Amino acid sequence: MVRPGGKLEIITANRLDTGAVVWFGGEAGWVDRVGEAAVLAPGGHALADAKASERANMVVDVAMIEAMLEDGRPVPVGLRERIRALGPTVRPDLGYQAEY
Amino acid sequence: MACQSSAVHAGIYHYDELDRRFLAERVAQFRRQVARRLAGELSEEEFRPLRLMNGLYLQLHAYMLRIAIPYGVLGSHQLRQLALIGRRYDRGYGHFTTRQNLQFNWIKLVDVPDILTELAGVDMHSIQTSGNCIRNVTTDQFAGAAADEIVDPRVYAEIMRQWSTLHPEFTFLPRKFKIAITGSPCDRAAVAIHDVGLRAKLGADGAIGFAVLVGGGLGRSPFLAKPLREWVAEPDLLAYLEAILRVYNQYGRRDNIYKARIKILVHEIGIEAMRAQVEAEFERINGPRYRLDAAIVASIRSHFAPPPFTAQHERSGGFERECASDPDFARWTRVNVTTHKQPDYVSVTVSLKPSGGIPGDVTSGQMEAMADLADRFSFGELRVSHEQNLVLAHVRRDDLYLLWQELGRHCLDTANAGLVSDIIACPGLDYCALANARAIPLAREISLRFADIDRQHRIGELKIKMSGCINACGHHHVGHIGILGVDKQGIEYYQITIGGDASENPALGQVIGPAVGYGEVVGLIERLIELYLERREAGERFIDTVARIGIRPFKEKVYGAAA
Repeated sequence: MVRPGGKLEIITANRLDTGAVVWFGGEAGWVDRVGEAAVLAPGGHALADAKASERANMVVDVAMIEAMLEDGRPVPVGLRERIRALGPTVRPDLGYQAEY
Repeated sequence: MACQSSAVHAGIYHYDELDRRFLAERVAQFRRQVARRLAGELSEEEFRPLRLMNGLYLQLHAYMLRIAIPYGVLGSHQLRQLALIGRRYDRGYGHFTTRQNLQFNWIKLVDVPDILTELAGVDMHSIQTSGNCIRNVTTDQFAGAAADEIVDPRVYAEIMRQWSTLHPEFTFLPRKFKIAITGSPCDRAAVAIHDVGLRAKLGADGAIGFAVLVGGGLGRSPFLAKPLREWVAEPDLLAYLEAILRVYNQYGRRDNIYKARIKILVHEIGIEAMRAQVEAEFERINGPRYRLDAAIVASIRSHFAPPPFTAQHERSGGFERECASDPDFARWTRVNVTTHKQPDYVSVTVSLKPSGGIPGDVTSGQMEAMADLADRFSFGELRVSHEQNLVLAHVRRDDLYLLWQELGRHCLDTANAGLVSDIIACPGLDYCALANARAIPLAREISLRFADIDRQHRIGELKIKMSGCINACGHHHVGHIGILGVDKQGIEYYQITIGGDASENPALGQVIGPAVGYGEVVGLIERLIELYLERREAGERFIDTVARIGIRPFKEKVYGAAA
């Protein structure tokens, strides 16, 4: 979904059983890499699908966040969400950033 | 499980069979609750208060488990167990907090019942490390050892631990409740920033009693605790605390989370009205039921009997020779070693703030090394300080050199206790879901800027405390230099205060000017310190110079004369 000003939106949550940060990837379900998150489309049902999987106890703390495209892939706009997507800035060996 | 022999002399709390049975039942209960949550029988709304009652938060990257370390005292066997948990269930490290607790940051919900079982095996748990209840009672990291100690506060911290654990009336207070106690005139427990602060002391007849402070706290609305009563006799301690908690429970606000702490109640009704309410309640409930029996106190005191110190009839002179021959060792002893009650012993602060390191973080390997060193050098016992360091409380002076060399093998020999790089920092935005800004990277940059350890020693005592949000877990209000991270339209900014003090002369720091960007903080700190070095008089610490000349010269140094 495109907000005024050209910002995009994606959906994030944490897996219930592990607490791991995930993003809603549309048909792919919940994905570990933010670059694979589905950008919300106007009139789409992604948020409803994400909320449904929260009710199905797959994830917790479902939230829409602002994103932008880098090299055609979504990345969070805010520092907090970028840290969630990558890992602690003080420990590059931890979090998803360790796999990049 | 009984304590291992290695910690047999450690002054740690002792569980009886009732405690252990309860803990086993509690773990089994939570195991069932987790299973029901995973099966969808409990919603997140239903489960959240249950997990929080067991110290389990959901943070930025995963679940975070906060483990209680009663008044910061650990047996070596307990630290080994924490190391094992860190390695088996987390990412091989843990984080010691300003509440003398330990947090693991990468916990899986499915593992938590097993982790709690492992903890129960060494008489530990996570109960009351969250929620609106009485939290872990904290105290002086040198308790039972400090040369200036009047009363051993561990005895009363343990009494309060037993009293407050699962207290049915105080499980759903308006907000969380923190108690700290000191038994020395030199306050190393920061009692004035707690909901209740206790200063243990002796009466004219040698009887033990307590000065009681109430309504301290930091966060959004910082207050120093106010004197409530100058003397509460030992037998009345629990009755008086009970009275305070009852007044708070009845009158504390529940309509606004930001105004729910007892500090707001005290502020709104005034200390006189608070005192009148507490005294009336104390009068009403005072009786045999709440009276602290001398036999119980004696029984608990026996668990904190001094370890079997070895008397040394004459000094070997080894310590002095080693100081003379090794300046690095001598420098370390100047700040990391504290005078002990026993002249042949000292207390050692093991810094968890290496240059460029993460304050309070310790690897599983370092935990195991510290446990081994505690067994070899300090009767199998360790302490966690609220300044996020470890302490070996009872080390023979003649063993210091060997201990220091061993610490060096594990990067635990930084000679900076109480100096500019011994920074308190909360986890901040790198880990915490509440934070607005990062704290750890700035702490690392400051410590790297002052990496020259001789320069740190020339600057002298300087306590920098940093929080990544207004909740003030990093105690920034009482830092000699305080740093508060704020969010301005998605950008990290930092507000600087100076003149705060958590000691027996408590003070809240004053803001020196507008918040500055991340990249400006370290230079600003350096300019503050330059001014201090220019203006200090003989023997003055940073905080003394601020008190003498005021904040204006510092403000002008940073922001210019127009400030």
